[in-house]
Amino acid sequence: MLLEANNISFRYTEKSPLILEDVSFKVSEGERIGIVGPSGYGKSTLAKILAGYEKPTSGEVKLDGAPLPMKGYCPVQMIYQHPELSVNPRWKMVKTLNECWEPDDSFLEKMGIEKAWLKRWPSELSGGELQRFCIARSLSPETKFLICDEISTMLDVITQSQIWNILLDTAKERNMGMVIITHNLALAERVCTKIVKVKEL
Amino acid sequence: MIKKTLNRKIIITIFICLALAYLIVISIVGILMDSSEYGVNYADKLIGPCKEHLFGTDAMGRDMFKRCIKGLSNSLVVGLAASIFSSVVALIFGIASAVLGGFTDKVIKLAVDLCMGLPHLVLLILISCMVGKGAFGVTLSVALTHWPSLTRIVRQEVLQLRSSQYVKASARMGKSPFTIAVTHMLPHVIPAYLIGLVLLFPHAIMHEASITFLGFGLSKEVPAIGVILSESMNYITTGKWWLAVFPGIMLLIVVILFDIIGETLKKLWNPGSGNE
Repeated sequence: MLLEANNISFRYTEKSPLILEDVSFKVSEGERIGIVGPSGYGKSTLAKILAGYEKPTSGEVKLDGAPLPMKGYCPVQMIYQHPELSVNPRWKMVKTLNECWEPDDSFLEKMGIEKAWLKRWPSELSGGELQRFCIARSLSPETKFLICDEISTMLDVITQSQIWNILLDTAKERNMGMVIITHNLALAERVCTKIVKVKEL
Repeated sequence: MIKKTLNRKIIITIFICLALAYLIVISIVGILMDSSEYGVNYADKLIGPCKEHLFGTDAMGRDMFKRCIKGLSNSLVVGLAASIFSSVVALIFGIASAVLGGFTDKVIKLAVDLCMGLPHLVLLILISCMVGKGAFGVTLSVALTHWPSLTRIVRQEVLQLRSSQYVKASARMGKSPFTIAVTHMLPHVIPAYLIGLVLLFPHAIMHEASITFLGFGLSKEVPAIGVILSESMNYITTGKWWLAVFPGIMLLIVVILFDIIGETLKKLWNPGSGNE
Protein backbone atom coordinates (compact mmCIF):
# COMPACT_ATOMS: atom_id res chain seq x y z
CA MET A 1 0.00 0.00 0.00
CA LEU A 2 1.10 3.52 -0.75
CA LEU A 3 -0.09 6.81 0.69
CA GLU A 4 0.87 9.78 -1.42
CA ALA A 5 0.34 13.50 -1.20
CA ASN A 6 0.56 15.19 -4.60
CA ASN A 7 1.28 18.91 -4.84
CA ILE A 8 -0.82 19.84 -1.83
CA SER A 9 -1.54 23.47 -1.04
CA PHE A 10 -3.75 24.62 1.78
CA ARG A 11 -5.26 27.83 3.11
CA TYR A 12 -8.12 28.17 5.59
CA THR A 13 -10.05 30.90 3.76
CA GLU A 14 -9.59 32.45 0.37
CA LYS A 15 -7.92 35.54 1.77
CA SER A 16 -5.62 33.90 4.30
CA PRO A 17 -2.03 33.11 3.36
CA LEU A 18 -1.05 29.67 2.15
CA ILE A 19 -0.08 27.40 4.99
CA LEU A 20 1.16 24.63 2.78
CA GLU A 21 2.43 25.20 -0.72
CA ASP A 22 2.98 22.47 -3.26
CA VAL A 23 3.86 19.73 -0.79
CA SER A 24 4.45 16.23 -2.13
CA PHE A 25 5.66 13.09 -0.46
CA LYS A 26 5.06 9.36 -0.22
CA VAL A 27 4.78 6.80 2.54
CA SER A 28 4.74 3.14 1.69
CA GLU A 29 3.79 0.35 4.08
CA GLY A 30 6.40 -0.47 6.68
CA GLU A 31 7.92 2.95 6.30
CA ARG A 32 8.06 5.45 9.18
CA ILE A 33 8.51 9.00 8.04
CA GLY A 34 9.29 11.68 10.59
CA ILE A 35 8.27 15.26 9.90
CA VAL A 36 10.32 17.57 12.06
CA GLY A 37 10.19 21.32 12.32
CA PRO A 38 9.31 24.35 14.41
CA SER A 39 5.78 25.47 15.27
CA GLY A 40 3.61 27.21 12.73
CA TYR A 41 4.97 25.47 9.66
CA GLY A 42 1.75 23.56 8.94
CA LYS A 43 2.82 20.16 10.26
CA SER A 44 -0.49 19.50 11.97
CA THR A 45 -2.43 20.83 9.00
CA LEU A 46 -0.56 18.38 6.80
CA ALA A 47 -1.46 15.58 9.23
CA LYS A 48 -5.14 16.52 9.08
CA ILE A 49 -5.07 16.57 5.28
CA LEU A 50 -3.34 13.19 5.11
CA ALA A 51 -5.96 11.63 7.37
CA GLY A 52 -8.83 13.26 5.48
CA TYR A 53 -9.93 15.71 8.20
CA GLU A 54 -9.32 18.71 5.96
CA LYS A 55 -9.58 19.01 2.20
CA PRO A 56 -6.52 20.51 0.50
CA THR A 57 -7.10 23.74 -1.45
CA SER A 58 -5.31 22.16 -4.38
CA GLY A 59 -3.58 18.84 -4.96
CA GLU A 60 -4.77 15.50 -3.66
CA VAL A 61 -4.11 12.69 -1.23
CA LYS A 62 -4.15 9.23 -2.76
CA LEU A 63 -4.18 5.80 -1.23
CA ASP A 64 -2.99 3.19 -3.70
CA GLY A 65 -3.80 5.56 -6.54
CA ALA A 66 -7.39 6.17 -5.44
CA PRO A 67 -8.65 9.18 -3.46
CA LEU A 68 -9.06 8.68 0.31
CA PRO A 69 -12.42 7.08 1.12
CA MET A 70 -14.71 9.67 2.72
CA LYS A 71 -17.28 7.11 3.84
CA GLY A 72 -16.70 4.00 5.90
CA TYR A 73 -13.61 3.24 7.95
CA CYS A 74 -10.65 5.24 6.73
CA PRO A 75 -7.47 3.12 6.56
CA VAL A 76 -5.49 6.24 7.39
CA GLN A 77 -6.05 7.06 11.06
CA MET A 78 -4.72 9.92 13.07
CA ILE A 79 -3.75 10.21 16.73
CA TYR A 80 -4.00 13.68 18.18
CA GLN A 81 -1.78 15.72 20.40
CA HIS A 82 -4.45 16.20 23.07
CA PRO A 83 -6.06 12.90 24.10
CA GLU A 84 -8.42 14.65 26.50
CA LEU A 85 -10.04 16.44 23.54
CA SER A 86 -10.34 13.37 21.35
CA VAL A 87 -12.49 11.25 23.65
CA ASN A 88 -16.13 11.97 24.38
CA PRO A 89 -16.26 13.21 27.99
CA ARG A 90 -19.69 11.63 28.47
CA TRP A 91 -18.64 8.15 27.41
CA LYS A 92 -17.13 5.65 29.77
CA MET A 93 -13.73 4.54 28.50
CA VAL A 94 -14.90 1.09 27.43
CA LYS A 95 -17.24 2.63 24.86
CA THR A 96 -14.52 4.89 23.48
CA LEU A 97 -12.11 1.98 23.25
CA ASN A 98 -14.54 -0.21 21.34
CA GLU A 99 -15.81 2.49 19.01
CA CYS A 100 -14.50 0.80 15.87
CA TRP A 101 -13.03 -2.52 16.96
CA GLU A 102 -12.80 -4.64 20.08
CA PRO A 103 -9.26 -5.14 21.27
CA ASP A 104 -8.75 -8.41 23.18
CA ASP A 105 -7.32 -8.69 26.68
CA SER A 106 -3.76 -9.45 25.61
CA PHE A 107 -3.72 -6.36 23.41
CA LEU A 108 -4.94 -4.21 26.29
CA GLU A 109 -2.25 -5.67 28.52
CA LYS A 110 0.37 -4.89 25.92
CA MET A 111 -0.95 -1.32 25.69
CA GLY A 112 -0.73 -1.01 29.48
CA ILE A 113 -4.46 -0.37 29.85
CA GLU A 114 -5.82 -1.60 33.16
CA LYS A 115 -9.25 -3.23 33.33
CA ALA A 116 -10.37 -0.90 36.09
CA TRP A 117 -9.90 2.13 33.81
CA LEU A 118 -12.57 0.87 31.43
CA LYS A 119 -15.37 1.77 33.82
CA ARG A 120 -14.19 5.33 34.37
CA TRP A 121 -14.99 8.59 32.72
CA PRO A 122 -12.23 10.41 30.81
CA SER A 123 -12.05 13.12 33.48
CA GLU A 124 -10.89 10.48 35.93
CA LEU A 125 -7.83 9.42 33.92
CA SER A 126 -4.52 11.16 33.25
CA GLY A 127 -3.33 12.35 29.85
CA GLY A 128 -0.95 9.43 29.44
CA GLU A 129 -3.66 6.92 30.30
CA LEU A 130 -6.08 8.55 27.87
CA GLN A 131 -3.49 8.60 25.10
CA ARG A 132 -3.12 4.82 25.44
CA PHE A 133 -6.85 4.52 24.82
CA CYS A 134 -6.66 6.79 21.78
CA ILE A 135 -3.82 4.75 20.34
CA ALA A 136 -5.54 1.43 21.05
CA ARG A 137 -8.73 2.78 19.46
CA SER A 138 -7.02 3.68 16.21
CA LEU A 139 -4.99 0.46 15.93
CA SER A 140 -7.85 -1.48 14.40
CA PRO A 141 -6.75 -4.26 12.00
CA GLU A 142 -8.15 -2.17 9.15
CA THR A 143 -5.70 0.66 9.85
CA LYS A 144 -2.94 0.67 7.24
CA PHE A 145 -1.40 4.06 7.91
CA LEU A 146 -1.11 5.90 11.19
CA ILE A 147 -0.54 9.64 11.43
CA CYS A 148 0.90 10.60 14.82
CA ASP A 149 0.64 14.32 15.51
CA GLU A 150 2.88 15.10 18.50
CA ILE A 151 1.36 12.18 20.34
CA SER A 152 3.95 11.99 23.11
CA THR A 153 4.76 15.64 23.71
CA MET A 154 2.83 15.92 26.97
CA LEU A 155 3.92 12.59 28.43
CA ASP A 156 6.77 11.94 30.81
CA VAL A 157 9.87 10.21 29.46
CA ILE A 158 9.00 6.75 30.77
CA THR A 159 5.48 6.77 29.36
CA GLN A 160 6.82 8.15 26.09
CA SER A 161 9.21 5.26 25.64
CA GLN A 162 6.54 2.72 26.67
CA ILE A 163 4.06 4.11 24.16
CA TRP A 164 6.60 4.27 21.36
CA ASN A 165 7.72 0.71 22.00
CA ILE A 166 4.14 -0.52 21.73
CA LEU A 167 3.51 1.52 18.59
CA LEU A 168 6.69 0.42 16.87
CA ASP A 169 6.07 -3.24 17.72
CA THR A 170 2.55 -3.11 16.35
CA ALA A 171 3.62 -1.19 13.26
CA LYS A 172 6.35 -3.73 12.49
CA GLU A 173 4.05 -6.66 13.18
CA ARG A 174 1.36 -5.39 10.82
CA ASN A 175 3.69 -3.67 8.38
CA MET A 176 1.88 -0.35 8.85
CA GLY A 177 3.10 2.89 7.39
CA MET A 178 3.51 5.78 9.82
CA VAL A 179 3.89 9.51 9.60
CA ILE A 180 5.37 10.88 12.79
CA ILE A 181 5.12 14.59 13.45
CA THR A 182 7.28 15.96 16.22
CA HIS A 183 9.47 18.79 17.45
CA ASN A 184 11.83 16.31 18.94
CA LEU A 185 14.61 15.47 16.50
CA ALA A 186 16.15 12.89 18.85
CA LEU A 187 12.85 11.02 19.05
CA ALA A 188 12.41 11.14 15.28
CA GLU A 189 15.90 9.75 14.79
CA ARG A 190 15.13 6.87 17.12
CA VAL A 191 11.78 5.79 15.66
CA CYS A 192 11.71 6.84 12.00
CA THR A 193 13.16 5.20 8.92
CA LYS A 194 13.36 8.54 7.18
CA ILE A 195 13.25 12.14 8.37
CA VAL A 196 11.87 15.11 6.48
CA LYS A 197 12.41 18.67 7.70
CA VAL A 198 9.37 20.89 7.09
CA LYS A 199 11.48 23.57 5.50
CA GLU A 200 12.41 21.15 2.75
CA LEU A 201 8.78 20.38 1.90
CA MET B 1 -15.08 6.35 48.64
CA ILE B 2 -17.54 3.96 47.02
CA LYS B 3 -19.85 4.17 50.00
CA LYS B 4 -19.87 7.94 49.81
CA THR B 5 -20.71 7.86 46.10
CA LEU B 6 -23.66 5.57 46.67
CA ASN B 7 -24.90 7.71 49.53
CA ARG B 8 -24.97 10.92 47.60
CA LYS B 9 -26.62 9.36 44.59
CA ILE B 10 -29.24 7.66 46.74
CA ILE B 11 -29.96 10.81 48.74
CA ILE B 12 -30.39 12.85 45.57
CA THR B 13 -32.63 10.22 44.00
CA ILE B 14 -34.82 9.97 47.10
CA PHE B 15 -35.07 13.72 47.27
CA ILE B 16 -36.09 14.01 43.63
CA CYS B 17 -38.71 11.26 44.09
CA LEU B 18 -40.17 13.06 47.12
CA ALA B 19 -40.32 16.38 45.28
CA LEU B 20 -41.92 14.72 42.27
CA ALA B 21 -44.44 12.90 44.48
CA TYR B 22 -45.46 16.20 46.11
CA LEU B 23 -46.00 17.85 42.73
CA ILE B 24 -47.85 14.88 41.25
CA VAL B 25 -50.16 14.57 44.29
CA ILE B 26 -51.01 18.28 44.09
CA SER B 27 -51.81 18.14 40.41
CA ILE B 28 -53.86 14.92 40.59
CA VAL B 29 -55.84 16.00 43.66
CA GLY B 30 -56.43 19.36 42.00
CA ILE B 31 -57.59 17.91 38.71
CA LEU B 32 -59.95 15.43 40.38
CA MET B 33 -61.35 18.01 42.81
CA ASP B 34 -65.02 18.83 42.30
CA SER B 35 -65.81 22.55 41.92
CA SER B 36 -68.34 22.38 44.79
CA GLU B 37 -65.47 21.73 47.22
CA TYR B 38 -64.23 25.28 46.85
CA GLY B 39 -67.64 26.75 46.06
CA VAL B 40 -69.19 29.87 47.54
CA ASN B 41 -70.58 29.57 51.06
CA TYR B 42 -71.57 32.90 52.58
CA ALA B 43 -72.17 31.31 55.99
CA ASP B 44 -68.43 30.98 56.69
CA LYS B 45 -66.85 34.01 55.11
CA LEU B 46 -63.46 35.40 56.16
CA ILE B 47 -62.70 32.78 58.78
CA GLY B 48 -59.09 32.63 59.92
CA PRO B 49 -57.09 29.40 59.65
CA CYS B 50 -58.72 26.67 61.76
CA LYS B 51 -59.24 22.90 61.77
CA GLU B 52 -62.02 22.81 59.14
CA HIS B 53 -60.42 25.43 56.92
CA LEU B 54 -56.66 25.00 57.13
CA PHE B 55 -55.91 28.17 55.20
CA GLY B 56 -59.08 30.00 56.24
CA THR B 57 -61.81 31.25 53.89
CA ASP B 58 -62.21 34.33 51.71
CA ALA B 59 -64.91 37.01 51.45
CA MET B 60 -67.24 34.61 49.63
CA GLY B 61 -66.66 31.81 52.11
CA ARG B 62 -64.58 29.68 49.74
CA ASP B 63 -62.15 27.28 51.37
CA MET B 64 -58.69 28.66 50.67
CA PHE B 65 -56.81 25.38 51.10
CA LYS B 66 -58.84 23.68 48.40
CA ARG B 67 -58.70 26.73 46.14
CA CYS B 68 -54.96 26.80 46.55
CA ILE B 69 -54.54 23.16 45.59
CA LYS B 70 -56.85 23.57 42.62
CA GLY B 71 -55.07 26.77 41.62
CA LEU B 72 -51.64 25.21 41.89
CA SER B 73 -52.69 22.24 39.81
CA ASN B 74 -54.02 24.63 37.16
CA SER B 75 -50.70 26.43 37.25
CA LEU B 76 -48.82 23.15 36.98
CA VAL B 77 -50.79 22.14 33.89
CA VAL B 78 -50.20 25.52 32.24
CA GLY B 79 -46.53 25.39 33.22
CA LEU B 80 -46.12 21.86 31.90
CA ALA B 81 -47.76 22.65 28.57
CA ALA B 82 -45.75 25.83 28.19
CA SER B 83 -42.40 24.36 29.10
CA ILE B 84 -42.86 21.28 26.91
CA PHE B 85 -43.84 23.45 23.95
CA SER B 86 -41.00 25.91 24.58
CA SER B 87 -38.41 23.20 24.94
CA VAL B 88 -39.47 21.38 21.76
CA VAL B 89 -39.24 24.67 19.85
CA ALA B 90 -35.87 25.33 21.44
CA LEU B 91 -34.57 21.87 20.51
CA ILE B 92 -35.64 22.16 16.88
CA PHE B 93 -34.43 25.76 16.46
CA GLY B 94 -31.18 25.11 18.31
CA ILE B 95 -30.25 22.07 16.25
CA ALA B 96 -31.41 23.61 12.96
CA SER B 97 -29.45 26.76 13.69
CA ALA B 98 -26.25 24.88 14.48
CA VAL B 99 -26.47 22.23 11.76
CA LEU B 100 -27.83 24.25 8.82
CA GLY B 101 -25.93 27.45 9.62
CA GLY B 102 -25.92 30.38 7.18
CA PHE B 103 -29.28 32.01 6.59
CA THR B 104 -31.27 29.79 8.98
CA ASP B 105 -28.76 30.51 11.72
CA LYS B 106 -29.05 34.26 11.15
CA VAL B 107 -32.86 34.25 11.20
CA ILE B 108 -33.03 32.16 14.37
CA LYS B 109 -30.39 34.25 16.11
CA LEU B 110 -32.32 37.38 15.19
CA ALA B 111 -35.56 35.91 16.56
CA VAL B 112 -33.78 34.95 19.78
CA ASP B 113 -32.33 38.43 20.21
CA LEU B 114 -35.70 39.99 19.44
CA CYS B 115 -37.49 37.92 22.08
CA MET B 116 -34.79 38.44 24.67
CA GLY B 117 -34.53 42.16 23.95
CA LEU B 118 -38.14 42.91 24.89
CA PRO B 119 -39.05 42.95 28.58
CA HIS B 120 -40.45 39.51 29.24
CA LEU B 121 -43.58 40.60 31.09
CA VAL B 122 -44.52 43.11 28.38
CA LEU B 123 -44.23 40.42 25.73
CA LEU B 124 -46.35 38.06 27.83
CA ILE B 125 -49.09 40.68 28.26
CA LEU B 126 -49.01 41.57 24.54
CA ILE B 127 -49.43 37.99 23.36
CA SER B 128 -52.02 37.16 26.00
CA CYS B 129 -54.12 40.21 25.07
CA MET B 130 -53.75 39.51 21.36
CA VAL B 131 -55.33 36.06 21.56
CA GLY B 132 -58.01 37.13 24.03
CA LYS B 133 -56.65 36.40 27.52
CA GLY B 134 -58.06 33.38 29.35
CA ALA B 135 -56.34 30.05 29.90
CA PHE B 136 -55.47 29.76 26.22
CA GLY B 137 -53.90 33.22 26.10
CA VAL B 138 -51.82 32.56 29.20
CA THR B 139 -50.58 29.17 28.03
CA LEU B 140 -49.76 30.46 24.57
CA SER B 141 -47.95 33.55 25.79
CA VAL B 142 -45.93 31.63 28.36
CA ALA B 143 -45.12 28.95 25.78
CA LEU B 144 -44.09 31.43 23.09
CA THR B 145 -41.71 33.45 25.23
CA HIS B 146 -39.60 30.86 27.00
CA TRP B 147 -37.74 29.23 24.14
CA PRO B 148 -34.95 31.75 23.36
CA SER B 149 -32.55 31.02 26.21
CA LEU B 150 -32.86 27.25 25.77
CA THR B 151 -32.39 27.62 22.01
CA ARG B 152 -29.11 29.37 22.66
CA ILE B 153 -27.94 26.61 24.97
CA VAL B 154 -28.82 23.84 22.50
CA ARG B 155 -27.27 25.70 19.56
CA GLN B 156 -24.06 26.35 21.45
CA GLU B 157 -23.84 22.74 22.57
CA VAL B 158 -24.33 21.30 19.07
CA LEU B 159 -21.91 23.79 17.47
CA GLN B 160 -19.23 22.90 19.95
CA LEU B 161 -19.79 19.18 19.45
CA ARG B 162 -19.64 19.39 15.67
CA SER B 163 -16.14 20.81 15.75
CA SER B 164 -14.83 18.53 18.49
CA GLN B 165 -12.06 16.09 17.73
CA TYR B 166 -13.92 13.02 18.89
CA VAL B 167 -16.86 13.72 16.58
CA LYS B 168 -14.52 14.27 13.64
CA ALA B 169 -12.52 11.17 14.54
CA SER B 170 -15.74 9.19 14.77
CA ALA B 171 -16.61 10.24 11.23
CA ARG B 172 -13.20 9.06 10.01
CA MET B 173 -13.85 5.76 11.75
CA GLY B 174 -16.72 5.23 9.40
CA LYS B 175 -19.67 6.26 11.57
CA SER B 176 -22.64 7.78 9.72
CA PRO B 177 -23.90 11.28 10.60
CA PHE B 178 -27.01 9.69 12.12
CA THR B 179 -25.00 7.34 14.35
CA ILE B 180 -22.83 10.25 15.43
CA ALA B 181 -25.88 12.37 16.22
CA VAL B 182 -27.40 9.62 18.35
CA THR B 183 -24.30 8.27 20.08
CA HIS B 184 -22.13 11.36 20.42
CA MET B 185 -24.44 14.37 20.35
CA LEU B 186 -27.58 13.21 22.17
CA PRO B 187 -25.77 12.28 25.41
CA HIS B 188 -24.52 15.88 25.53
CA VAL B 189 -27.64 17.69 24.43
CA ILE B 190 -30.25 15.67 26.33
CA PRO B 191 -29.08 16.45 29.88
CA ALA B 192 -28.75 20.16 29.09
CA TYR B 193 -32.14 20.00 27.41
CA LEU B 194 -33.93 18.17 30.24
CA ILE B 195 -32.40 20.42 32.88
CA GLY B 196 -33.47 23.40 30.80
CA LEU B 197 -36.97 21.96 30.63
CA VAL B 198 -37.20 21.46 34.39
CA LEU B 199 -35.78 24.92 35.07
CA LEU B 200 -38.26 26.46 32.62
CA PHE B 201 -41.09 25.10 34.70
CA PRO B 202 -40.80 27.47 37.70
CA HIS B 203 -40.38 30.37 35.27
CA ALA B 204 -43.52 29.41 33.41
CA ILE B 205 -45.50 29.05 36.64
CA MET B 206 -44.25 32.35 38.02
CA HIS B 207 -45.07 34.17 34.80
CA GLU B 208 -48.47 32.55 34.61
CA ALA B 209 -49.16 33.70 38.18
CA SER B 210 -47.81 37.20 37.55
CA ILE B 211 -49.79 37.99 34.41
CA THR B 212 -52.89 36.57 36.04
CA PHE B 213 -52.15 38.74 39.08
CA LEU B 214 -51.92 41.77 36.80
CA GLY B 215 -55.28 40.87 35.28
CA PHE B 216 -54.18 39.86 31.81
CA GLY B 217 -54.46 36.14 32.33
CA LEU B 218 -56.97 33.66 33.67
CA SER B 219 -60.47 34.94 34.40
CA LYS B 220 -61.68 35.72 37.94
CA GLU B 221 -63.73 32.53 38.47
CA VAL B 222 -60.89 30.16 37.72
CA PRO B 223 -58.99 29.30 40.88
CA ALA B 224 -55.40 30.22 40.09
CA ILE B 225 -52.63 31.36 42.37
CA GLY B 226 -52.38 34.66 40.50
CA VAL B 227 -56.12 35.33 40.88
CA ILE B 228 -56.07 34.34 44.54
CA LEU B 229 -53.12 36.62 45.28
CA SER B 230 -54.57 39.57 43.42
CA GLU B 231 -57.93 39.21 45.24
CA SER B 232 -56.18 38.95 48.58
CA MET B 233 -54.64 42.38 48.03
CA ASN B 234 -58.09 43.91 48.67
CA TYR B 235 -58.25 42.36 52.14
CA ILE B 236 -54.66 42.45 53.29
CA THR B 237 -55.00 45.97 54.70
CA THR B 238 -57.90 44.81 56.87
CA GLY B 239 -55.73 42.17 58.52
CA LYS B 240 -56.84 39.09 56.56
CA TRP B 241 -53.24 37.92 56.25
CA TRP B 242 -54.03 34.26 55.57
CA LEU B 243 -55.49 35.07 52.15
CA ALA B 244 -52.07 36.08 50.83
CA VAL B 245 -49.55 34.24 53.00
CA PHE B 246 -50.57 30.61 52.47
CA PRO B 247 -51.11 30.70 48.70
CA GLY B 248 -47.86 32.65 48.39
CA ILE B 249 -45.96 30.03 50.38
CA MET B 250 -47.50 27.18 48.35
CA LEU B 251 -46.39 28.83 45.11
CA LEU B 252 -42.94 29.42 46.52
CA ILE B 253 -42.57 25.76 47.57
CA VAL B 254 -43.52 24.48 44.12
CA VAL B 255 -41.14 26.86 42.37
CA ILE B 256 -38.27 26.06 44.72
CA LEU B 257 -38.86 22.31 44.36
CA PHE B 258 -38.59 22.48 40.58
CA ASP B 259 -35.49 24.60 40.86
CA ILE B 260 -33.85 22.13 43.23
CA ILE B 261 -34.78 19.16 41.04
CA GLY B 262 -33.19 20.90 38.05
CA GLU B 263 -30.03 21.85 39.89
CA THR B 264 -29.51 18.39 41.40
CA LEU B 265 -30.06 16.70 38.04
CA LYS B 266 -27.42 19.03 36.65
CA LYS B 267 -24.94 17.83 39.26
CA LEU B 268 -25.89 14.17 38.84
CA TRP B 269 -25.57 14.11 35.05
CA ASN B 270 -22.39 16.11 34.79
CA PRO B 271 -19.46 13.71 34.48
CA GLY B 272 -17.32 16.19 36.38
CA SER B 273 -19.39 15.75 39.54
CA GLY B 274 -21.50 12.67 38.76
CA ASN B 275 -19.21 10.20 40.50
CA GLU B 276 -18.46 12.40 43.52
